[in-house]
Amino acid sequence: MQEKQIRDAIEQVKSGDMPRRAFIEAMVGVGLTAPMASMMLMHAGVAQAQPSPVYKPTKKGGGGALKVLWWQGATLLQPHFANGTKDQEGSRIFYEPLAVWDNDGNLVPILAAEIPTRENGGVAADGKSVTWKLKRNVTWHDGKPFTADDCVFTWEYAKDPATAAVTIAVFKDVVVTKVDNYTVKVAFQKPTPFWATAFVAAEGMIIPKHVFAPYIGGKSRDAPGNLKPVGTGPYKFVDFKPGDLVSGVAYDKYHMPNRPFFDSIEMKGGGDAASAARAVLQTGEYEYAWNLQVEDEVLKRMEDGGKGRAHIIPSGDIEFIQLNLTDPWNEVEGERASIKSKHFAFTDPAVREAMALLADRQSIQQFIYGRTGIATPNFLNNPAKYRSNNLKMEFNVDKANAILDGAGWKKGADGIREKGGKKMKFVFQTSVNGIRQKEQAVIKGACQKAGIDLELKSVTASVFFSSDVANPDTYGKFWCDMQMYTTTQTQPDPERFMNQYVTEEISSKANKWQGRNIARWRSDEYDRTFKMAEGELDPVKRAALFIKLNDLVCKDNAIIPLISRPRVRGAGNKLVTTLSGWDLDFSQLQNWYREA
Amino acid sequence: MGSYLLRRLLIALPSLLGISVVLFTILALAPGDPFGELATNPNVPAEVAQMLRKKFGLDDPIWQRYFRWLWAMLQGDWGFSFISRVDVDKLIWQRVPVTLAVIGASQVLALCIALPVGIYSAMRPYSLFDRIASALAFVGFSLPTFFTGLLLILLFSIKLDWLPFVFRSDIAATGWQWWWEHIKQAIMPVMVLGLFQGASWTRYVRSAMLDVVRLDHVTTARSKGLSEWDIMMKHVVRNALIPVVTLVFLQMPAIFGGAIVTEQIFRIPGIGSLLIDAILRNDTPVIMGVTFVFSCLVILFNLIADLLYGWLDPRISYR
Repeated sequence: MQEKQIRDAIEQVKSGDMPRRAFIEAMVGVGLTAPMASMMLMHAGVAQAQPSPVYKPTKKGGGGALKVLWWQGATLLQPHFANGTKDQEGSRIFYEPLAVWDNDGNLVPILAAEIPTRENGGVAADGKSVTWKLKRNVTWHDGKPFTADDCVFTWEYAKDPATAAVTIAVFKDVVVTKVDNYTVKVAFQKPTPFWATAFVAAEGMIIPKHVFAPYIGGKSRDAPGNLKPVGTGPYKFVDFKPGDLVSGVAYDKYHMPNRPFFDSIEMKGGGDAASAARAVLQTGEYEYAWNLQVEDEVLKRMEDGGKGRAHIIPSGDIEFIQLNLTDPWNEVEGERASIKSKHFAFTDPAVREAMALLADRQSIQQFIYGRTGIATPNFLNNPAKYRSNNLKMEFNVDKANAILDGAGWKKGADGIREKGGKKMKFVFQTSVNGIRQKEQAVIKGACQKAGIDLELKSVTASVFFSSDVANPDTYGKFWCDMQMYTTTQTQPDPERFMNQYVTEEISSKANKWQGRNIARWRSDEYDRTFKMAEGELDPVKRAALFIKLNDLVCKDNAIIPLISRPRVRGAGNKLVTTLSGWDLDFSQLQNWYREA
Repeated sequence: MGSYLLRRLLIALPSLLGISVVLFTILALAPGDPFGELATNPNVPAEVAQMLRKKFGLDDPIWQRYFRWLWAMLQGDWGFSFISRVDVDKLIWQRVPVTLAVIGASQVLALCIALPVGIYSAMRPYSLFDRIASALAFVGFSLPTFFTGLLLILLFSIKLDWLPFVFRSDIAATGWQWWWEHIKQAIMPVMVLGLFQGASWTRYVRSAMLDVVRLDHVTTARSKGLSEWDIMMKHVVRNALIPVVTLVFLQMPAIFGGAIVTEQIFRIPGIGSLLIDAILRNDTPVIMGVTFVFSCLVILFNLIADLLYGWLDPRISYR
């Protein structure tokens, strides 16, 4: 989508000719995330859509117990130490941020009185600060009032390196100041188009100053509040058994009217995804289950039980293949896959193009993922406003053969192509996971037809996804020719997501393989474009830049996107949830209810 | 007997020390690290994981970490979980009651099946009862618990909808209701474990009995005209129980391990599932804590078995 078209669309929304939602959908269609589209509208002065009033109950309580199943149980309840979403979700029952993202990518106020915009003076014209007005009459579960001091404290707590908070990235580069008791200002070092990070969504949960003040920095582990959360959320803490159970009761002074509907909540952990699906969809023992990574066929069979169904929520997560551009088998200056080395085959663009043609995404979607995966040629798929329309996916063995022939890779006596004495034999690794091994087999089959021999390798997930420097099989080291996994897009804004192909992020020995550019792909144009996108205040131009970034990396075939993976949740037939692919499942827990 | 007990306990100390050294070394050499999950989260800067490693002393040499752990352990400090940052002893204590209840009940069930069935089978070998019992026992211990567990879930939870298959440690009810809910959710796991164990023990009791029945003192007793009941109870069963006691008590710690699978299937928040989680997350202090408890159990049950020998067979003295 061209800049002009987007501007016209915004004008239409402004004049009321086009519904907001249609705009956002259109933008998502061209590859932007919904929140980004929403921020485009906000920037252009179009008021934030009011969240549609889906909440029906007319009084607090009366809903009985809400029983939810997380097959990975929460292990701690301090949101700033959270080890994965399971812990964030567990914390989110009790703690709240200022605002959350809904599924269209709109900001929904929770502890904020209103969402800052250019119009209401919340967002500074120079893009260097944002001012949040806080809701009044909000109390912590112990009765103390919630004020701007708590926000400032949360910032001080999380940004302190000695605290070792996992949210440090969100808070370390901003400056939070108290304007008055109910107003805080978040200032940025440079113009920041995507300002909704601090105090927003999963990483923005605010903790009470009066509980945590003595435990900042090095003493952070000793805080009793780590195990007994005191928050502002809809439920008050009752009990916590790490890995097994989190329970709470409705907070009678909760700040939103008629909420929560349920009198208590029980979040049970443990087991596996398939049996969690069974407990919700088939037997109805539990009302909600998180992350049902189960083959669609199995899900469908369980849904036949009639007790519940799967909710499929779009997200930015992507299953993709990386082709190693460096030589993983020989050391250069004591380092395997050194950036100074070259892969014998994948540095040839023709080979990369052929590999992309051999990835049968449609079949993978159709026969493996079903409703739970969408074949895609794009790395950046959601929110839709950032989705590129410029790329096509194609599965064509003949064309791949022709390209390889043309590039001088000739078939040998054994049917394997070779050039300069090097045979096209690649090691293709991924994590141990039934679905992934099937995908590997599909790709291997196609490659065989094109005279490419793939040796399939699968590594236990706990090793593959670890940062263990001593282990050669981690995905971060990528000491292999090809690898496949899913990378998650945790924010509706793609800046952090697209940052993984800039040169300075290249994973190497020097950064202990912590760099996020694991494909070790280099493009000056990409680096330049990313710099521009990072500082571009105009959301429309910014979106166009992100689409260009996606096209750059995908067209070069250094990576082969396969499947855009929506999030799959299970819920009882009568449970009404408010789920968002851009935030935690519990982001709007206060609005959950059960239909009579 | 007192000095014997003391001696045995003193011998146990170096064994435990040896076990802990081996465990610690293996864990240190095993791949993966507790903050791996952080590393895959693009929102968490790499420095945080590195900072945490440093803060929790993961970057120190193995021997330093071991002595630090040992020193703390000697002072009664079991350390804290890297993942949940909760003290290890607290985590273990949260899980022990459930494990004891479920495994205890299943062992009692197993004994209740194995003793009478085994004894009766041996009294009438190759009778119809014996044949049926033997056949069932073979079926019982050749089916793995994860299979029978799923089978029971399919039957009782999904088909019949009688029993829940998710075990909950918090039951809101009180009084009888509380007991009833607990019993209801424990039925399937206890059956799975109890029947499995009972099946193999039945075979064992039967063969131990048959060994003793042929001995001279039984023939003598019989020729003295004692009632069949007295012969069995006083002269056969008591003697036959010696090997059975060995088996039951020495297997006890292994059962805690064997229950891990069952705990996973039914989501029982027991010590076994704690160990599995800790292993998956490379949470060294918890793994050390739980395995240490297991090794203590092995040594403890060995001791109990030895003491019971003396009681069952006066010829064995505590020396």
